[in-house]
Amino acid sequence: MTAKWAAKGGARVLIVEKRQEIGSPVRCGEGISRSWLDSVGIKLDAKSVAREVKGAKIVAPNGSSFYLSEKMAGNEVGIVLERVFFDKLLARDAVKAGADLMLKTSAVKLLKTGDKVTGVKIKSWGETKDIKCGCVVGADGYESQVGRWAGINTSLAPRDITSCFQYRLTNINHEADYCEFVLGSKAPGGYIWIFPKNEDTANVGIGMQLTKLKDPADVKKYLDKYIQNDPRLKKGRPLELVSGAVSICAPIDKAIGSGILLVGDAARQIDPITGGGISNSCKAAKVAGEVLARATREKDFSERSLQRYEKGWRDLIENHLYRNWMAKEKLVTLTDDTFNKVIATLNEVGVDKMSTYSILKAIEAKHPELVREFQEFL
Amino acid sequence: MGKELDEFDVDVTKCMHCGACVGSCPVNAIYLNEVVLEFNDDCTMCKRCIKVCPVGAIKLAGGR
Repeated sequence: MTAKWAAKGGARVLIVEKRQEIGSPVRCGEGISRSWLDSVGIKLDAKSVAREVKGAKIVAPNGSSFYLSEKMAGNEVGIVLERVFFDKLLARDAVKAGADLMLKTSAVKLLKTGDKVTGVKIKSWGETKDIKCGCVVGADGYESQVGRWAGINTSLAPRDITSCFQYRLTNINHEADYCEFVLGSKAPGGYIWIFPKNEDTANVGIGMQLTKLKDPADVKKYLDKYIQNDPRLKKGRPLELVSGAVSICAPIDKAIGSGILLVGDAARQIDPITGGGISNSCKAAKVAGEVLARATREKDFSERSLQRYEKGWRDLIENHLYRNWMAKEKLVTLTDDTFNKVIATLNEVGVDKMSTYSILKAIEAKHPELVREFQEFL
Repeated sequence: MGKELDEFDVDVTKCMHCGACVGSCPVNAIYLNEVVLEFNDDCTMCKRCIKVCPVGAIKLAGGR
C-alpha cells in the first residue's frame, strides 16, 4: 500500500519480499470490514473475497450469544478475505503504479551514515547487493527487524503479545453468515474466532495473551479442546494450519527516523482488542506513501520531513489504538461470570454500535456495577 | 551464532516458521531464515520464546 501511493506520487519504489509467493503462507484470520476500503483506494476483485457476512456473533462463556449487524460490528467484520489473492491484488496495484518488486529476496542489514539510513543490504538468488535509497520502509510485520536495526523501540511487554493458532477447518457446521467471537476462559486474555470461508469451511482460530500462557503449546491445546467440545466443529478436518503472534500494545512513541519509517505490525499499529491489523495498516501505509512521494519531490527524507507521516498516521488511528489498549487491559481481567452478564445485558438492552463507548453505555444504563471498572471510558 | 545446539532444541516437526518467537524476543537473539531458527549469544535465556510458541516447538536442550 505504501509502495502504491509512493509510486503513484512519482517516487521510484522497490518492494523487497523475502517469500517466494506474495500472500503465502497466510498468517491471518482474514476478517475485515468494508467501510475503509474506498478511503485507501482498494477495489476488491472476486477472488480476494471468500465470503461476505451479515455481521458478528459474540458468544459468552456460557454459550449464550449476541448478534450484531455488519454496520455495527467494527473493523474485522463484513468480508472474509482470501489473503493469498488479496495480497497479490495489493502488489499488482503497486506494480501498476510503477513500483518494482523482487521475490525471494531478504533485507539483511540497513546501510547507514551516522544515524541516517541510506539504504539496505539485500540477498537475492545467492547475490548480496547494496541498494541505496532515500527512505527504507519497514513493513516486515510482527517479527520486524528493520525497526530494531534502525534503533526504533518496538519491543513488547509480555502483556502486549498475543500468541495465535488457527485451522482452516472444513466439514463443519458453523453459521456461515456470521463471524463468531467466543469470549472468556476458553481463550484466556483473548478470544476464539470462527470466520466463515464458505458453507462448510471456516478459519477457526485462537489468540491468547502471553501472560496467560502456562505450558508450551497452550495456544494449540486450548483451540483443540474447544473444537473437540463443539459439536459443530468436532468433525472438521484441517485444510491449513496458521500460527503466529500479534502485538496488542499501546501506540509506540516513534515510527520514523532519518531515512526510515515503519508501517503495520512493524509499527505496532494493530488493534489491541481484536488483534486485527489490515485496516489500520493500510490507512497508515497510504499516508506513508503520500508523504514519501512528497519527500521525493522535495528531495528530503530527513526525520523532519517524515514527521508528516508520524503526524498523519497518529491523526487517523492513535486515539483509537490507545483507547482500545486501555480497554484491553481491563477486558483481560474480566471473569466468565461478568462476560455472561454483559452478553445477557446486551441482549436485554441492545446496542446501536460496536464501539467500546456504545457497549459500556448500554450496559451502564441497566447494570452500572458491571462497568464500574471502565469509568474512564464513559 | 549457534545457541540452538547447546541451549535450545527446536522441534522441526512442529516449528511453523511463523516468527512468533522472533518478534517476542526482547533482545533480538533469534534469527529465522524461513527454514531454520538460530539463537545468538545475545540470548538472556528469558524463555519467552518457549512460552509464546503456539505449537510448543521450542524447549530447553535435554528436556530441562
